[in-house]
Amino acid sequence: MNDKIRNSAMAADPRTLVDEKIVLAFLSASLAYVLIAMLAGLLYSLQFIDMYPFAGIEFWSPGRWRFVHTQGVAYGFIANAFLGALHWAVPRLTRHPVLDRRLSWFIFFAWQAILVATVVGVLFGEAQALEWGETPVWIDPVAQLGLILVAINFLTPILKTKGPMYVSLWYFIAAFIWTPLVYAMGNFLPEYVIGGSAAGAIGGLFIHDLVGLFVTPLGWGLMYYFVPIILKKPIWSHGLSLVGFWGLAFFYPLNGIHHFLYSPIPMFLQYGAIIATIAVELVVTTVIINFFGTIYGRGDALRSNLSIRWFYIGMVFYFTTCLQCAFQTTLTFQRIIHFTDWVVGHAHLVMFGVFGFWIMGLMLYLLPRVMHVDEWYRPRWNHWHFWLTGIGMLIMFFDLTSAGLVQGFLWKALAPWSDSITASKPFWLIRTISGTAIIIGQMLFIANVFMTWRLSKSGALQSTPTQHDPTHEDDAGAPALA
Amino acid sequence: MFETKSGIFLIAGLGFFMLAFVVMALIPISIYSGESEQSVEEIAADGLTHEFVDLAERFPEKFNEYFGKPDPKSYAVALRRGHKIYVGEGCWHCHSQFVRPVSNEEQRWGSVSYASEYENELQRPVLFGTRRVGPDLIREAARRSNDWHIAHFYEPRYTVPTSVMPSYRWFFDDDGYPNRDGMSIITYIQWLGSWQPEYPYWTGEGPPPALKADAAPDAAGSEENV
Ligand code: HEC
Repeated sequence: MNDKIRNSAMAADPRTLVDEKIVLAFLSASLAYVLIAMLAGLLYSLQFIDMYPFAGIEFWSPGRWRFVHTQGVAYGFIANAFLGALHWAVPRLTRHPVLDRRLSWFIFFAWQAILVATVVGVLFGEAQALEWGETPVWIDPVAQLGLILVAINFLTPILKTKGPMYVSLWYFIAAFIWTPLVYAMGNFLPEYVIGGSAAGAIGGLFIHDLVGLFVTPLGWGLMYYFVPIILKKPIWSHGLSLVGFWGLAFFYPLNGIHHFLYSPIPMFLQYGAIIATIAVELVVTTVIINFFGTIYGRGDALRSNLSIRWFYIGMVFYFTTCLQCAFQTTLTFQRIIHFTDWVVGHAHLVMFGVFGFWIMGLMLYLLPRVMHVDEWYRPRWNHWHFWLTGIGMLIMFFDLTSAGLVQGFLWKALAPWSDSITASKPFWLIRTISGTAIIIGQMLFIANVFMTWRLSKSGALQSTPTQHDPTHEDDAGAPALA
Repeated sequence: MFETKSGIFLIAGLGFFMLAFVVMALIPISIYSGESEQSVEEIAADGLTHEFVDLAERFPEKFNEYFGKPDPKSYAVALRRGHKIYVGEGCWHCHSQFVRPVSNEEQRWGSVSYASEYENELQRPVLFGTRRVGPDLIREAARRSNDWHIAHFYEPRYTVPTSVMPSYRWFFDDDGYPNRDGMSIITYIQWLGSWQPEYPYWTGEGPPPALKADAAPDAAGSEENV
């Protein structure tokens, strides 16, 4: 270990701060769910090209497997991966361990139990009618409790820090407050308290906030932590970080109703949501500028470091989705694209193209460190993983966006409904193919992780702490020092 | 303030969230607070759809076994169950329930949706929908006959060869007749829009069962909207 950094950090060796086993556990669970969720999505997509293999069997009802797809991605893949990365980043940033490691493990097992119960529940037709709130009613309170425990576990070390906090921690604090609130709002109000169009407004707020106040702040917080560490360079502008954080916190929650434009929700609220959405795009631009300012002069890292490549391609996609959003939220675009595959393309680009990509970058960085290996079983497979996923994602995005335009204009032209289906089928075929490419990419990665893990057990790729890869050294210093 | 724990905790975390909640949720709630929510029993007390009665007439034994007599009580039971199936099967991922005032949707499906239609228990949470793979269903009542729906749920390709809708064989008994689930979902679908003044909008063969003679067949409408 580098003594200087260690001394200035005052605290113990980060290896004792961080429970590496739990990081590995969360990341492995995340990989399991990305595979399950994607296979469920692939299965559902076969329905659209008349190739559904299990037609007419209740358990394989395509609609139910779509729940597995969306729930699996949000709560299985993304939530697990973020929890893993947070168990690594928060203790290092604060130099305090999480409140209690046993609590972390309890959360881990409880969360997996919640996920399994959700999957089983929706497959037996117990879903609820709210996107991302489909979790059966009897699981909602447990999941709510889990989220509160997560917040307590991580907020404790954060609150123990003294002096100014690094950007990542702003995002984390906010996310730990927002997530339980958002979950409670979406899973209890529309079901038990409020009905009708007003509940529609809350539903819009929920699906939007889940992306904006749970996934986005955790994602950006992790980027602010890992990008400077890997590049060994401080973030470009502290001022812009402030603009980005406060702009997001203010404008993002005000967007909810833009999911239901032209609905019976009062028009002035719809206008307000549209304006706030366009404002978010401006805020996002400042964040993107900040990150590109950071990598400026270190462009070679895009070639040499796969994590950085995942991160920055994800950021390009992030900018794309937000730019797209600024247009698609306008009433002019809404006339055509609402209810079409355009929206589906947008959703995939955000959830996988951005956050999925960041998570893959995080895995590439974290997994070798928590498995204590210096190299991957097959480094080339990771490149295949990147290119298959990246190209698949791009094709899927353009394919679904174009499909949306075709559908929207056919509907407007009052073409018979079946025309819009016939016209969509080629697009749906391409979607299935691009999705398959993405899945093959993930399978290669998972196989690589598994083989690396096996070899790490047998000691073949093992590194001893004394002859440690120098790139591991910088882990000790949190960027808070910079 | 901008970088302190309390600032982030109170202003960004709680403050901005609450602000958005007030603007995006409490305002619509207060605007609609005058409308009281109808329970399923109240809906059923307003009268049965003739399609529900038709199910009872067509499948007397099974209907009697599953629901008893076609009265408001059994109607409420069937509606609730149909709604649960609609939600649990993810029909709402492929069908919206809201006609927008743009893109000629009025011509395709009928009058634009309005707030009070959604003030009932079967719209909790509201089923506006997110994607239209199939057509909007909020004006579906009596657009098709029960027979059409039976064939369609059994195998959508029987009625619409290009359809990508899944076939729902488990809505049927082994003898090919709709079971409790099948009758419930058809009851629910035939309820959607039955509160509209233009209902009944009968497009099947002959006069609708148990109904006034004024409902003339409208073949053009049905073909165009396939
Ligand atoms: C994979 C998407 C999909 C799912 C899931 C789905 N549908 Fe459909 N549905 C369609 C498509 C496409 C059509 C248009 C072609 C047709 O009529 O089959 C359609 C048509 C319909 C129609 C006829 C509308 C009309 O008047 O033309 C009804 C009624 C209907 N669906 C009800 C349901 C119900 C109830 C469920 C759930 C049990 C369901 N659908 C699930 C795609 C879907």
